[in-house]
Amino acid sequence: MTSSRTGAPARGAGRLPDSPAPVTDPVTRPDLAIATRALRKVYRAPSRKRRGGGPSRFSPLGTGAATPAPPGAEIAALVGLDLEIGSGEFFGLLGPNGAGKTTTIGILTTRVRPTAGTAAVAGADVVRQAVDVKRRIGVVPQRPNPDRALTVHENLVFHAAYFGVPGAVARARAQQLLDQMGIGDRGEAKVDQLSGGQQQRLMIARALMHEPGILFLDEPTVGLDPQARHALWDILTRLHDEGRTILMSTHYMEEADRLCGRVAIIDRGQLLALDTPAGLKAQAPGGTLVELDLDGDASAPVAAARAVPGVLKAEALGQTLRAYAPRGGEVIPALIRCAEQAGRAVHDIHLSPPSLETLFISLTGRKLD
Amino acid sequence: MSALDSRSPASSTRVFGILLLRDLHVARRELPYFLVRTTLQPLLFVIVFGTLLPKMGFVSRGYTAALLPGILGISLAFSSLQAVALPMMADFGFTKEIEDRLLAPVPDYVIALEKVISGGLQGLLAAIFVLPIARLIMGPIPGLALGHPIEVVTIIALGATGFSALGLFLGTAIQGQQIGLMFSVIVAPMIMFGCAYYPWSGLNAVPLLKYAVLVNPLVYVSEGLRAALTPTLPHMPVPAVLLALAVLTGAFWVVGLKTFRKRSFS
Repeated sequence: MTSSRTGAPARGAGRLPDSPAPVTDPVTRPDLAIATRALRKVYRAPSRKRRGGGPSRFSPLGTGAATPAPPGAEIAALVGLDLEIGSGEFFGLLGPNGAGKTTTIGILTTRVRPTAGTAAVAGADVVRQAVDVKRRIGVVPQRPNPDRALTVHENLVFHAAYFGVPGAVARARAQQLLDQMGIGDRGEAKVDQLSGGQQQRLMIARALMHEPGILFLDEPTVGLDPQARHALWDILTRLHDEGRTILMSTHYMEEADRLCGRVAIIDRGQLLALDTPAGLKAQAPGGTLVELDLDGDASAPVAAARAVPGVLKAEALGQTLRAYAPRGGEVIPALIRCAEQAGRAVHDIHLSPPSLETLFISLTGRKLD
Repeated sequence: MSALDSRSPASSTRVFGILLLRDLHVARRELPYFLVRTTLQPLLFVIVFGTLLPKMGFVSRGYTAALLPGILGISLAFSSLQAVALPMMADFGFTKEIEDRLLAPVPDYVIALEKVISGGLQGLLAAIFVLPIARLIMGPIPGLALGHPIEVVTIIALGATGFSALGLFLGTAIQGQQIGLMFSVIVAPMIMFGCAYYPWSGLNAVPLLKYAVLVNPLVYVSEGLRAALTPTLPHMPVPAVLLALAVLTGAFWVVGLKTFRKRSFS
């Protein structure tokens, strides 16, 4: 809980060529539930002896691969993130694995110390006023981390007690929340007896026990079956309708599109786009995305593909030829001809209607997952 | 939000109490396993060295007087250290359970301090549990004096806190995979060279070792309990014991809190 960290670039940050000047004024606009300014986080790759043979938690940005960084290397997880989230918003952080979503949520929930920049939650600085921040937030982790030594009901009651909720109130609220989450009959069960989806719902109930105004969820539906995922969506929609601010990270387009009022697309620690799902889709480069997987380099037929009537844009990415057209089906025969004339055979064809997915591909050149 | 803001925030002391309640609640449920795990080994030692060997005539009956304080020391060292180090390794290494408590609205040191106090209480409990059983197994112990209960309790409480602070450090500094290494490289030598099985003055025969063992907190617990329980045997003076234990406990707390914070925040 040292007070000197905010705004001061930590050791090592200055060595990066694109290191911005530290921004020191805290973000304290009262109408904002969450605000970050020039938020930056650099991790140091664990040394060999601390890595202990397990997989590295951080994959080097850009590669998307799980090749561990050399020991002592610096890994920039966030490179200057600015976000302003109003009270009562349902806000989505969308991006592939390694985009910086978990780091962002980690900083906002006081568990990760920013290397530079500031972040405030409910008007309180996440580093200097961490206790105030913790009092106002509920956190649903990526992987359920219930207190396995306690029963389901005890998990909720003890959590509430940490926040000063009186016992009688906590017991009643615990039962009410378990009922809402559809696990009202599992109160006396041991946590290990719950399924993955039930444990995730227990985590949501726990996060709500002290009635926080702001809820953070880090990829809450990863690993859930479709039925459990839809049940969770209904719960989240209801919580938002009750007036809570929700910040959720996800790498599912459909989830962001369906739940969030505004979505920030982040990749490699940077904000790429920020708008309502409809606004983002309107930014997509128009039309359906047609992808042709070829048997060789796709740059040969690109020029011909651009000349095809109806094709708005065409590009080559490795062995994939990408074209955008208002009506995808109509340009497919012509695109195949282009490929064949360039001496390439077509292995496969994909069609994607205009969506956050096509926007993401046009912004990053890569798919989400 | 307004209803939330008007509510008086839970004080750190109150949250500390709740965290302690949680640990004691869990400890009570697991008490039999806990006691077996932490006191069986010292008690087996009591059976062999405190009963069998004297009966066989390999060691003198008077040895039990030197042994009893050491056995108490080992029991509390073992239990306090394990009560903190093992959950820390599991929580930070795999289950991540402690994240719930790290999000409680208190400064991080409150959570670490609570772990140390709860570990100390469990060590105290183990020592209180072992004392009558050891006495029962060994039979009458020459020179056993129960006239200094305050000294006994003070040394046990301070020693238990020291070992649980050491547990905080080891549990957060050592990776879960190296847990076996912790027992063989740190705990075992600490017990063998902790003056638990022989008085410190006995090391006059090996002067180098006599001063090297002074970094070992178990030496002070064993010697302090000797001073309080079997004062006719050679022992360190109690003020020196208390001072050394206080210094070591403080040092373990400082480094333990540092490694705890390193694991708590990235």
